[in-house]
This record gives sequence, structure tokens and C-alpha cells, in this order.
Amino acid sequence: MCLAIPARIEMVAEGADSATVSLGGVRKEISLALVEGVGVGDYVLVHVGFALQRISEEEAARTLALMREGGVLEEALAEMAGEEHPTAGEARS
Amino acid sequence: MTGATFGEAADAGLRYVEDFRDEKLARTLAEAIVREVEPGREYAIMEFCGGHTHAIFRHGVQDLVPDNVRYVHGPGCPVCVLPVPRLDAAIALAEEHDVILCTYADMMRVPASRKKSLMKARANGADVRMVYSALDALAVARDNPEREVVFFAIGFETTTPPTAVALLQARAEGLRNFSVFCNHVLTPAAIHHLLGDPADAGDREKVRIDGFLGPSHVSAVIGHAPYEEPARLYRKPVVIAGFEPLDVMQSTLMLVRQINAGECRVQNQYVRAVTREGNRKAQALVNKVFRVREIFEWRGLGWVPNSALAIQPEYAGLDAEERFAIHHSGGRDVKGCECPAILRGVKKPTDCRLFGTVCTPENPQGSCMVSSEGSCAAYWTYGRFRERAAGGEGARP
Ligand code: SF4
Repeated sequence: MCLAIPARIEMVAEGADSATVSLGGVRKEISLALVEGVGVGDYVLVHVGFALQRISEEEAARTLALMREGGVLEEALAEMAGEEHPTAGEARS
Repeated sequence: MTGATFGEAADAGLRYVEDFRDEKLARTLAEAIVREVEPGREYAIMEFCGGHTHAIFRHGVQDLVPDNVRYVHGPGCPVCVLPVPRLDAAIALAEEHDVILCTYADMMRVPASRKKSLMKARANGADVRMVYSALDALAVARDNPEREVVFFAIGFETTTPPTAVALLQARAEGLRNFSVFCNHVLTPAAIHHLLGDPADAGDREKVRIDGFLGPSHVSAVIGHAPYEEPARLYRKPVVIAGFEPLDVMQSTLMLVRQINAGECRVQNQYVRAVTREGNRKAQALVNKVFRVREIFEWRGLGWVPNSALAIQPEYAGLDAEERFAIHHSGGRDVKGCECPAILRGVKKPTDCRLFGTVCTPENPQGSCMVSSEGSCAAYWTYGRFRERAAGGEGARP
């Protein structure tokens, strides 16, 4: 629920306030309505389909590595892909 | 790193340090904390967020700090704090008003009154759909113009701005069959309540708190200024902490120092992502469509003044509470479930008689076991208390 995953912006939709991010093979369209001045190549924290804020590439890499280590990343990706995650795992609020 | 590592967490010390990304830094921080705590003094540190609870368990942080530094788990799990009557109301929307109810997946298995849940309602034919984003709920409304579609909005300040965007978008598109059942809650109000006058808590026991680990992503949105008032008013330090175990340890050291010095400032350890002002754009959108409710019920905390948001009258047409008759069911938690006391920090999951026996993640009896951010789920997932639930030796409370 409170999962916020770092992702890199791959494509920005013209005039639609949305972008495509790609993470672990999952491509997802997210909204840019809550951030300002982000573009292709920037890293953002993605929460329930919205870029919440811009973060540095180092911060993104650190967080992703940590999530992978903790087995959280799979759950986050499943959530992004719209699959159910039936049991409790790990999250960040 | 596996949860099994924590199965034999009996002896404290630095044995888990090798699991840390930066072993040397973890060791240095642990040693600094040991050196700076005053023996004989208690340091009760509440981590507000479920995310911190998990970092503390997963990395055995409690075992790295001296015994008189205690982490008290707070109510910062959005799924956990939603009270049963609001969940009952959501189920009633789907069952009695025949709407398509769109919900975040985490809500599906939370037990409601009369052994119900959204999952069971769906199995019985109610149209309950899981969405990843509030905007997905809008898409459902577009695709089903002949049906009423309600988005079951829950969450703290991180999840609120997306709901605001969905409402504005629905207004802009003139979607007539979409509305939001708003249950968004406010973090600083809960901190006020936890620290405030015990008389306000009625007959409920209050937990001792000497300092707060403040939320990270919530603070990225609201900034750290909103904690200044409760910190000053109740003379408790707050340190906004990142989610890595090293962040938690560094923040603990900052709190220990403030407590020793009798200070009560808001400090920001998580400068990588949090500023004093927060995300202004998101705040402006939230203020546009939401207003503060006079009072709202939280599981565990009870009725808390100014602690939640409702939709502005100007957007009443998009407010499910205005469009449908919503009754307060008066439903309560499952008998024996200690979630309310756990959310206040006065009890631990292992104090619950149902923990690990009747109540498991496969068969949750309370919200704290369902949500991946709940304390009961954290205790269960990281294994260290399982033996105890099974009557074995080797775990300590
Ligand atoms: S173990 Fe289950 S029943 Fe007990 S407090 Fe936790 S969620 Fe409630």
C-alpha cells in the first residue's frame, strides 16, 4: 500500500502529464501530476501510480538494492502489474 | 538476507552487523548509541510508520541497541487504522448499493464485522475490483458508464494527493458515475493524540513515548514543519528517518542525544528526500479538494479531532458519503484481537492470545496481521517470535 518504488522515466507523454517508467521488465504508465519539471532519464519515487518526488540516481540504486535484498521488490512489482499479493510481506510507508 | 536469521535472536550484540550493507558504519553507530545512552534511563522511541517497524525487525535493529532503548510500534499503517465501521460501510456500498467498488489490494482481506471482508463480499457476487492507482478507478468508471463506481480511498498523506488528482480529473471530464469514499487520515494529528492529555484518551491506557522516528515518505509530501508544533507542545523530539536500517540507527542516535540534552526539536535525518516545506504542488491539490473533518474514528486511537479529510462541499457530487446513505455499523474488532492496543503502542503482537495460533497471515483475525505494514505481520514474517507462539524456547519479548 505505502510502497514507493524508485523508477527511471523512459518516456514522457506529450501534454498528458504522464510518463512511462520501466522497472524489472514491468512497463507502467504513471502520472506526473504531483511533480514538476521531471523528464526522461530522471528518477522518481513511484507510489500508487504517481511520481511522488524526484530522487537522485544513487538514492534510487540504493533503495532498489535494499528492496531486492529484502524480497520486497517482487511484491512491489506484482502490485504495479496489478497482481494480488495474498500474504503479508514487507512495505514502506 | 532471510527472516530465518532472526529466529535465534536471543543474544543481543553486534552479530547481525555483517548483514548490513555498510557493516563498519552500522558498528560505529551501534557503538555510539551504546556509549551515549545513560544507564538507568529509559528511551522509549516510537516509530510511527509500519515501514520503520519492518526495517527494525528485518535487520534486528532492536538487538543492536542497548536494552534501555526500546522501539514502540506506532499506528502508521493505513490499512490497520481504518476502523471496522468504515470497512463495513465500504462493503455495504458494494453489496447494498450495487456499486463497483474499487479498492487498493491491501484492503481485500481485512476482517470486517460478522466475519466479512471485501474478498468474501466479492466471492458472494459483489463487484469489488482491485486497482493499483486511483486513476485506474477512473478508467473503470469510463468503461462502465451505466454503473456507479466508487473508489475506496484510504491512506496517509502519501496516498492522498493521488486521490485529489483523480477527483479533479473526474470533475474535468464530467464523469457522472464516479465518486470517492474518503478515509484519508493525517499523521500529525495522530502524533498530537498519542502525546496529548491522557484525559483525552478516555479510559484507554497511554503509552510512554520519549521521542519519535518520524515518517519518511509522508514527510516528503507534507515536509517536516508540521511536526514542530507537537514536538514543542509536548516537549518530545522528532527525527524524520529514512527507511534503511542505517537511517533508523542514525536517527536513534539523534533522538538519544536530544533526550539526554532535554531537547525537543524536529530534526531531519532523511535529507535525501525530505525538506521542511515538502511537496508544495501535492499540498495545493490536496487543499483544493479536501477539508479537515472535525473528528474521525481510528482503529486503536478512537475518535481523534481534526485527524482526517473529507471532500470539499464544492465537490459533493463526487463524494460517496453525499451520494449514498452510509450508516455507522457500530462493528467492532474480532473478539480477542489486540490490534487497537497494539496500534496505540501499549501492547505487542505476542500479548495477543490469538497471535500465531488462531491468527496468521493466511487466516488473519485483525488488520495488523493482514497488512504488510502491520506489527503482527512484521512479528510473524521475521520469524523471531514464532517459536514462542508455538510454545518453544529462545525468543524474548
Ligand atoms: S495477532 Fe491477529 S488477532 Fe492478535 S492483535 Fe494481531 S491481528 Fe489482532
